[in-house]
Amino acid sequence: MPIHEKSLIRPENLHVQEKIEVDGIDVSGHWSTFIESRVVTDYNEQLEEEIASLPGGEFIHRCWQCGSCTNSCTVNAINADFNPRYWIYLIRTGMEEELLRDKEIIWQCVSCNKCTYACPRDVVPEGVMKATSHWLELKGHTPKSNSMIFDEIFSEQVIANGKIEDGRTVRRFFARTGQAMMQPWMVEMIKSMMRNLPIGMLTRLGLANFITPRTSDWSGARDAMNEYIAEREAHHRKALRLDDLVQMAESEVGSR
Amino acid sequence: MSDKKAKSKQEKYGEVAYYPGCALEGSGSAYNSSTKALGKALGLKIKEVENWNCCGAMEVKNIDPKLQTYLSSRVMSIAANKMNMNTVMAPCNGCYHNLKKAEYDLANDEETMEVVDRLSKKAGHETYEAGQVETIHALDWVKETIGEEGLKERVKNSLDGIKIANYYGCMYTRPRHIFPEKDAGPGSESTSQPHFMDDLLEAAGAENVEFPLKTACCGGAHTLSDSDTSTLLVSNILQAAEAAGAEVIATECPTCHSGLEMHQIRAEKTLGIKTNVKIIYFTQLLGMALGLKPKAVGLHENISNSFDFVKEKGLA
Repeated sequence: MPIHEKSLIRPENLHVQEKIEVDGIDVSGHWSTFIESRVVTDYNEQLEEEIASLPGGEFIHRCWQCGSCTNSCTVNAINADFNPRYWIYLIRTGMEEELLRDKEIIWQCVSCNKCTYACPRDVVPEGVMKATSHWLELKGHTPKSNSMIFDEIFSEQVIANGKIEDGRTVRRFFARTGQAMMQPWMVEMIKSMMRNLPIGMLTRLGLANFITPRTSDWSGARDAMNEYIAEREAHHRKALRLDDLVQMAESEVGSR
Repeated sequence: MSDKKAKSKQEKYGEVAYYPGCALEGSGSAYNSSTKALGKALGLKIKEVENWNCCGAMEVKNIDPKLQTYLSSRVMSIAANKMNMNTVMAPCNGCYHNLKKAEYDLANDEETMEVVDRLSKKAGHETYEAGQVETIHALDWVKETIGEEGLKERVKNSLDGIKIANYYGCMYTRPRHIFPEKDAGPGSESTSQPHFMDDLLEAAGAENVEFPLKTACCGGAHTLSDSDTSTLLVSNILQAAEAAGAEVIATECPTCHSGLEMHQIRAEKTLGIKTNVKIIYFTQLLGMALGLKPKAVGLHENISNSFDFVKEKGLA
C-alpha cells in the first residue's frame, strides 16, 4: 500500500532505505521509510497579533480552517504551494520559520476576492495575504515585491496629483524595478496599437507625457493623506516592534 | 420588483453623474468614448463628476484601505453635495467596486467614518455620508433605463450570428456584501452567475455561449508586476472562450479589457499560445448594434484589431 502522506512531508525529513534490518529483522519494503520527527522551538507568540495590526489582517482570529479560501484561490490553481489556509494556520500558531519558507510567493495574491467571497467566517483572506506580504517586507524578510513597488508608484501619483496617467506609471515602474521597457511582446503590442490610431490620438498620447493630469484644489487632500500615512506608519512600527529590532541589531554590531 | 419601483429606477438612472476614472482617460479611452456615444444614442443624460479624483484603483488600498475609502468618498461627496445628484454611474469595474466598498464601509464601520470625516475636513470639503448617492455600473444603467425590450426596438444592425462569451471579471461581483442589491430575487443581478451583459447583448441579437469563466480573474492587479501569472490566467480565459465557441469576448472593465489584449499578444510570444477571439467592450458592441460606426465607438482605440471582423459581420 502506498503512503499517501509522503507528499506532505518535506524531503529532508524523509529517510528511505532500499534494504534495512532492525534488530535482526528485515524491514525492507514499505517499512523501510522513516520520518524524522520535527521539533519546533522558535514560536513567535506575537505573530498573529503582528499580522492583525496591519491593514487587512484584522479578522484572522476568526478562521476555523475550513479551507474554502485555498479551494477557491486563483493562484493556488496554478501553483499548489500558494496556500492561504495553511499560512493562516501557521500565523495563528506562531510558526514563523515555517511561514518564511513561502516568503517569496505570498505577495503573488491577485486580489480576485474569491476567498473573501467563499469564506464562511468573514476572515477576508485577501486582506490577510496583503497584511502578510506587508509584514514580510517591514520585518526585512523579503525585499519590496514588484507588486508593492507598483502600488507605491501609483499611490504617490494619486496623492500628489489626485489622478494618474497610466503611461507614466508604467515607465516609472520599469525604471524603478530595473527592467527594460521595450520587451519584445510590448513592442508587438505598441505596433498593434499604432496601426489603427489616427494622428490626433497619437498626438494626445504623446502630450500626456508632458501634461500631468491633475485634480484642481488638491493640496488640502494631499496634506491630509500624507499626514494620515505618517501616523499609520508610526503605528505599524510600534506594533511590529521595529525600533526594538533596529536597536538589537545595532547593539549586536557594537558588541563585536 | 413592483412596477412602481421599476419605473422610479428608470427615471432615476435617466440622468446620472458620470465618473469615468483615470483608466478611461488613458488606456481605456475606447470604453469612455463608447459609453458616451451609447448614452447619447439612447437619449440618456450624463453629467461628468466635477473635478474628480482617482478612486485608488487596486493599488492605494495596499498602502492603506482607508485612504482608498477616502478617495472614493470624495467623488461621491462632489456628486451629492456640489452637483445635487443621487446616482453615480461608473463604467470601470475598479471605480464601481471602490465606490460600492466605500459606501458599505461608511455605513457600517465607525473607524472608517471617523478617518474619512477627519480627512475630508482637512481637505476642505463636505464629508460624504452613506446613502447620499447610489453607485451603479454602466450595465445597470442601460439595463434599468432602456432594458431588453427597449434595445430590441432600437437595434439597427443586429448582432445576429455573433457568438459572444460575456466576461465580467472579479470586481463586479466580489465580495458579495458590498453589493446589497445583487442576489435580491427576480430581476436582480447574480453574483455567482452574472447575466446583465448577457441579457443586453442577447436583446441586440447576439448568441451568448455557455462560458464557465465569466467571473474568473485576469490577474489585472499584477499585469506588470507578475506578468507570467497574468499571461497564464488570461490565456486560460481566452482558450476557454474559444473552446466554448465564442468569436468575441465582451468586456465591461478597462483593466480586464487591456489585460486580455496585452496578454493575448504576450501569450503568443512567451507561451506559444495563439488565440483569435476578439476582445470588444459591451458598449462598443451595443453601440454598433444601434447603428453607430466602429470609429464612433472607439474601435480604433483598442489594442487588438477587430475591424475586419465587424465588417465581415455587417456592423461597419
